[in-house]
Amino acid sequence: MTTPVTTPVLDLRSVAFAYPDGHQALFGVDLQVQRGERVAVLGPNGAGKTTLVLHLNGILQPGAGSVAVSGLPVVRENLQEIRRRVGIVFQDPDDQLFMGSVRDDVAFGPRNLGVRGAELDRQVMRALDLVGMADFADRPPHHLSFGQRRRVAVATVLVMEPEIIVLDEPSSNLDPASRRELADILTGLDVTLMMVTHDLPYALQLCPRSIVLSDGVVAAQGSTLDILTDDALMKSHRLELPFGFDPHVC
Amino acid sequence: MGAAHGHRLHFHGHSPLHRAPAHLKVAALVTFMLVVVATPHAWVPAFVAYAVVLAALVALSGVPVGYLARRMVVETPVLVFAALLPFVATGPEVDVLGIGLSEPGLVAAGGLVTKATLGVLGSLLLAATTEPRDLLAGLERLRVPSQLVQIMGFMVRYLDVVTDELRRMRTARESRGFTARDPRHWPVVARSAGALFIRSFERGERVHLAMIARGYDGSARQGARP
Repeated sequence: MTTPVTTPVLDLRSVAFAYPDGHQALFGVDLQVQRGERVAVLGPNGAGKTTLVLHLNGILQPGAGSVAVSGLPVVRENLQEIRRRVGIVFQDPDDQLFMGSVRDDVAFGPRNLGVRGAELDRQVMRALDLVGMADFADRPPHHLSFGQRRRVAVATVLVMEPEIIVLDEPSSNLDPASRRELADILTGLDVTLMMVTHDLPYALQLCPRSIVLSDGVVAAQGSTLDILTDDALMKSHRLELPFGFDPHVC
Repeated sequence: MGAAHGHRLHFHGHSPLHRAPAHLKVAALVTFMLVVVATPHAWVPAFVAYAVVLAALVALSGVPVGYLARRMVVETPVLVFAALLPFVATGPEVDVLGIGLSEPGLVAAGGLVTKATLGVLGSLLLAATTEPRDLLAGLERLRVPSQLVQIMGFMVRYLDVVTDELRRMRTARESRGFTARDPRHWPVVARSAGALFIRSFERGERVHLAMIARGYDGSARQGARP
């Protein structure tokens, strides 16, 4: 990598966005993610989390402010490279996996970048190996369990060798075993990670740092443990720990 | 989910017909259909020959006859239309059980039923012996425009998702005490269909976003594997 270590992988400056119907979702978001970090973006439903995610690879363009990925501004001319650098794992794997087989689905991204032949096969199998799904390469995605589909969805972005992986509610609809398996896979990856979630124990397990997004602004950021144990902060942003969960004993 | 193998129309097997390359099967079916359609109604021996060829292929494929017969119900609309023909067609009439039926109408109906049955059976046999994925790859090898193949691919991929959704909606309806029994219940069913349409439309948009997020730019670069 030629980029100096000091350039953040993600650099958002005063990002504001309003939907065409006039509903304003983001009111000036500032946030930086450094290389190798694992960061959770926490916030209640409707805080603008998913809108924020769609800004990271230019599907939505900010009405004001700027987004840069490793120094490269997210503007129309750079979109192809931006989308290679930023891998987004969407919430519903059925939205992400649309090809007839797991292999074709994982190959979809690199093929868009012009990768072909043996090199493509090698990259696909490597990504599937990383998520433990290599044995399922020729199965149709709709014959997999939900947890397996989410792992394949992670592989579809891993294969692009992104600089940052962004996961939208990675633990939703997963049973506890699949949830742990996904956590093991994610912590084993050598990649910068951002996850958007309201699953606070999962954030604590995976991400040393957290950002609280509330009403379209960054309301707080700091170590995940500090945030989860700040009762006043939690209460004022509709964040609640599940019954019986104590962050101090984890 | 669960079943290791494909589609409702597909019958798992390892016969020579199952193993034959998909593009050859598609080309053979299209040729067969063109020949059947082009054969004049009066050439009865030719139709017998076609039927024998199909029967031999069915036997070779090892697909149970009952399996195909049940799926022949898709032909019903054609049969209904054919049954109407002798009543609505003009020309000299013959008397059957005291009802005057058009003679050209009877001949046309007979021809229609024969040709449709051969066609439907041939298509079912293709579907029963070819995985949807292989079928798409076969079409691609036959140089069908890749956009069309992609659209069919999406259909295959999401058919299960949408029928699952439909089933869940029906279960939810029935759990609240509603069962569609007579036409007075149709408005509710229609509203469910509308909801399903909206959901599918929205899913389409989400899928499109997910494709764009992985660098898709609408070009046909996803075409045949190199």
